[in-house]
Amino acid sequence: MSRLSLHSISKSYGAIQALSRVSLAVEPGEVLGLMGDNGAGKSTLVKIIAGNFQPTNGEIRIDDQPASFHNPRDAQRHGIEVVYQDLALCDNLSAASNVFLGRETMRRLGPLRYIDYASMNRVAAGLFRQLKSETRPRDLVRRMSGGQRQAVAIARTLLSEPKIVIMDEPTAAISVRQVAEVLDVIRRLRDQGISVVLISHRMPDVFGVSDRIAVLRRGELVCSKRADRSSPEEVTGLITGAIEAA
Amino acid sequence: MTTLEDVIARSEHRSWLSRISSQQLFWVFLAAVLACLALSILTDSFATERNLFNVARNFAFVGIIAIGMTAVIASGGIDLSVGSTVVLSAMVISSTMEAGMPFLLAAPLAPAAALLVGLLNGALVAYAGMPPFVVTLGTLSAARSLAMVLSDNKMIWNFGPDHDLLIWVGGGSTLGIPHPLYVLAALALVMSLAFTWTRWGQHLFAIGSNENAALLTGIPVRRMKVSIYMFSALTAGIAGILMAGWLGSVTTNLGQAMELTVIAAAVIGGANLAGGEGNALGAVVGALLIEVIRNSLILLGISTFWQGMFIGTFIVVAVAFDRVRHFRS
Repeated sequence: MSRLSLHSISKSYGAIQALSRVSLAVEPGEVLGLMGDNGAGKSTLVKIIAGNFQPTNGEIRIDDQPASFHNPRDAQRHGIEVVYQDLALCDNLSAASNVFLGRETMRRLGPLRYIDYASMNRVAAGLFRQLKSETRPRDLVRRMSGGQRQAVAIARTLLSEPKIVIMDEPTAAISVRQVAEVLDVIRRLRDQGISVVLISHRMPDVFGVSDRIAVLRRGELVCSKRADRSSPEEVTGLITGAIEAA
Repeated sequence: MTTLEDVIARSEHRSWLSRISSQQLFWVFLAAVLACLALSILTDSFATERNLFNVARNFAFVGIIAIGMTAVIASGGIDLSVGSTVVLSAMVISSTMEAGMPFLLAAPLAPAAALLVGLLNGALVAYAGMPPFVVTLGTLSAARSLAMVLSDNKMIWNFGPDHDLLIWVGGGSTLGIPHPLYVLAALALVMSLAFTWTRWGQHLFAIGSNENAALLTGIPVRRMKVSIYMFSALTAGIAGILMAGWLGSVTTNLGQAMELTVIAAAVIGGANLAGGEGNALGAVVGALLIEVIRNSLILLGISTFWQGMFIGTFIVVAVAFDRVRHFRS
């Protein structure tokens, strides 16, 4: 049984074919490293899985059940969470508000409903502890370091006990020490049985944590194989087109 | 050398005084209070009941709309059409009442007309993706023109059978406090709570702070924007009714250039034109400060031509203050 499987996903914008017939599967507790050059279709694929775009053709299955997402909340309801490349944080809101953005905890007071900041802060503090981050829930994101912002973005995905976490370039803009922390977090997610799709340009990071490697080139899937049967050299060849397919 | 722990300790143990003094609102409020104190000492006429009543009533109109403007600015937009929406609303209520419609039937029509302007603004900004500046510049022109068509560009001073009721609603007072001030106080209270404690408020600031993030987390950004422009138009519509009653007559130049005063009040009160910041109380205090300046120039016998200079200076100082604050943090 695959946790997430894509069947012949295509996406075109007018005459431009961003993705053509991509089929891919991720097992429970598996880390899939998704690689490809700029414009290869990685971000489009992520946005289709996350419910931001609808595919032109093809089918998404979650636990072998067909699923279709009209917006990010549909995907979240199916247990899919995304850490976006630019982290998608609001600088003027607190860490806890960012974690809960779009699904704030509400309390009732007669006919009125209001945001329960106390409980949001409590839950966010627990998530930051779980991630071993020293981020404090009440702090504004504007004043945070790159690593702390990363923690906020990752904590957001853990809010709903996700099945699949997609990370778009999570190690692109942080220090070496913080990269190691993020990779640790990915391993911890995997150990909890969560499937992770890691999109990255950084070969050592991908080979450091991935169980399987998939490569996109010009909208087509040219490789999907076990990481220990591949090598950085082969993947580089696949990305650039020096190797046709593997 | 300052370590991270020092910085954390300092920010956690800052006294309430230093926390308050880092708020723009505090300084603007202080400026308004000092101006009032100075005027009470320098002139005999400022601290009279009659003058205070006038100040309170005059700033209420700008304050009401400035709360709506704060919502728009905090969401990263701008609404230039509020002055024209005021005259459209005032013209709708006055012309329907002149035709014999009772107040209770005519009163909902004016905000309804205003809401349509807001709906148009919001739809063009959110769904057509047009820049708010251009869209609301268009409705600024269109709404006033509509008011002229509606009234044939004539002054309306006869509000039909319920004439006295409209005059009482906009120009009267209860317990010595002018009615527009009640509306302002209620709106400021409700919106202060709504900005902080509702999803609508939280999402409004999220959109102003990072619209892309708001989209990616599934916030209905388009619907939110429509509702924000409609809210701004609604505050202008309410102000239009009150101003019609206060003035006792409506001409088509009512509310001309008012959008600039309103934006000034919101910005002086802490609304950030880049989006993501602003509060209802700030809008009220900003409007108060502008009115106190205007009033003081008159009382001190200074030419009112200087008014624009003072307001302009305050806007620049307020924005400069904001820059310094961000630079420090």
